[in-house]
Amino acid sequence: MPQRQLAGTRIRERRIMARMRQADLAQRAGISASYLNLIEHNRRRIGGKLLVRIAEKLSVEPSVLSEGAEAALLSALREARAAAPGAGAEADTVEEFASRFPGWAALLAERQKRVTDLERTVEALTDRLTHDPHLAAALHEMLSTVTAIRSTASILADTREIEKEWRDRFHRNINEDAARLASSSQALVSYLDGASEVEASATSPQEELEAFLAAQDYHFPSIEDGSGRISDLVNDTPMLQSAPARGLARMWLERYRSDAEALPLEALKRAIGVQGVDPARIARRFHADLAAVMRRMASLPADSGIGGVGMVSCDASGTITFRRPLDGFALPRFAAACPLWPLFQALSRPMVPLRQHVVQPGHGEGFLTYAISQPSSVVSFDEEPLFEAHMLILPATRVAADDVREIGVSCRICPREGCAGRREPSILAEGF
Amino acid sequence: MGKRVLVIEDEPNIIEAISFLLSREGWHVDTHSNGHDAADVVRAKAPDLLILDVMLPGRSGYDILTELREDEATANLPVLMLTARGQSKDRDLAERLGASRFMTKPFSNAEVLEAVGELVP
Repeated sequence: MPQRQLAGTRIRERRIMARMRQADLAQRAGISASYLNLIEHNRRRIGGKLLVRIAEKLSVEPSVLSEGAEAALLSALREARAAAPGAGAEADTVEEFASRFPGWAALLAERQKRVTDLERTVEALTDRLTHDPHLAAALHEMLSTVTAIRSTASILADTREIEKEWRDRFHRNINEDAARLASSSQALVSYLDGASEVEASATSPQEELEAFLAAQDYHFPSIEDGSGRISDLVNDTPMLQSAPARGLARMWLERYRSDAEALPLEALKRAIGVQGVDPARIARRFHADLAAVMRRMASLPADSGIGGVGMVSCDASGTITFRRPLDGFALPRFAAACPLWPLFQALSRPMVPLRQHVVQPGHGEGFLTYAISQPSSVVSFDEEPLFEAHMLILPATRVAADDVREIGVSCRICPREGCAGRREPSILAEGF
Repeated sequence: MGKRVLVIEDEPNIIEAISFLLSREGWHVDTHSNGHDAADVVRAKAPDLLILDVMLPGRSGYDILTELREDEATANLPVLMLTARGQSKDRDLAERLGASRFMTKPFSNAEVLEAVGELVP
């Protein structure tokens, strides 16, 4: 029986173990009880966001539902081994270890997960401290104000004879700067108080757009069926606060509409069901370009049956312009990404489709990526074309080691040693 | 005519304090507070010393310094850079781009006077 069909049985088992009624779980997961019933009896396929959501409501890892507890345990043990290649753990005895010492194996797996979670937090906080523009601006403002106070106070203290006009002016300056310092330090404390939700606050129009798209799960049914207007979608949401963010959203949604017209949803889902997830095959089927196919695949609804999908796009400077996160594939929030990503290879080889299995050290088993770089606007004879690149990211398991390219997240938080792509030292490894 | 210093800094009260200090030491002080046209202002004022903040509205102090070092007229102008970031990589970058001296905020008045005195004896 295919694994996806078994997922329904596992959901049912886990729900009963959690003493949860079917209707309650359905409501929490945002689906109808009858639909959950079909899933639990393996009469509907389940994957992607819905599986993740149900797993979250049942307090289990998604892989426990999709692959079974034993597979999840083995996967975690393999991850632990991959994270410490020098420790000498034997690859061929992992299953024996798990079956002979299930308690110890579960403990090791749990510790590995904890380490990975903590590393993620360190990564996110370091990323923030190093690259968060809001934090950098706030600290600059505070240090400048402190400098002004220090310098002015020294003048008042050290200058024996000072004209009244200057003295009054410096007193006023100190008073103003002290008030400013109080207010900026309070603002900074409030900002850092929110740091437990490291990914939460949007600090730029691009981040407002990303938060807006993520809230919609990157899918807009009213554009798919032609019933909605882009201007309404953009103007009716409180998530797009700034005019630049609304402008970016309009551009993004216009392209979404044009992609949806070229690759209608139902036809695309059928084509993926028949042809698989290879974007080149889908592109041939619809006579569409590869980038449009990738964008469409990254905007499919959760119930489309292709499981998790991530995507990253960048402009010709390598600046990330779009990111759809995928569980396990770490994306930097502020820092520049790893130059080894196929996304950037694609940028240096315009119009050449690239398919590459990749793995990030300490971040799961691996991913299949498809990348392409294409002109971002209509080409003309009078100007050089500007290119943009897209990289579609799909989960991949059991990939032969020879076919995998090891990539990082961002130099600052990357443990890879002797990497030709390194541009700054890492906090996780010695040296440059 | 006394020595001329140009202070490019966006924090008005730092400008005021530095202006007071240096004018007491006999300097003629000009000031400017944005990065956009800072390089043009340097060329127009032709100071003996430039005090340049790194984080300026419109253009970074590093970019301004780079442009000044590429211009024969300002290639050798003593430049004291001020920054809120004191990491060694920031210092290295400032030195690589041709800063004569690098000072991290919050600095003391004595440090400023000492640096100025060394750069333009």
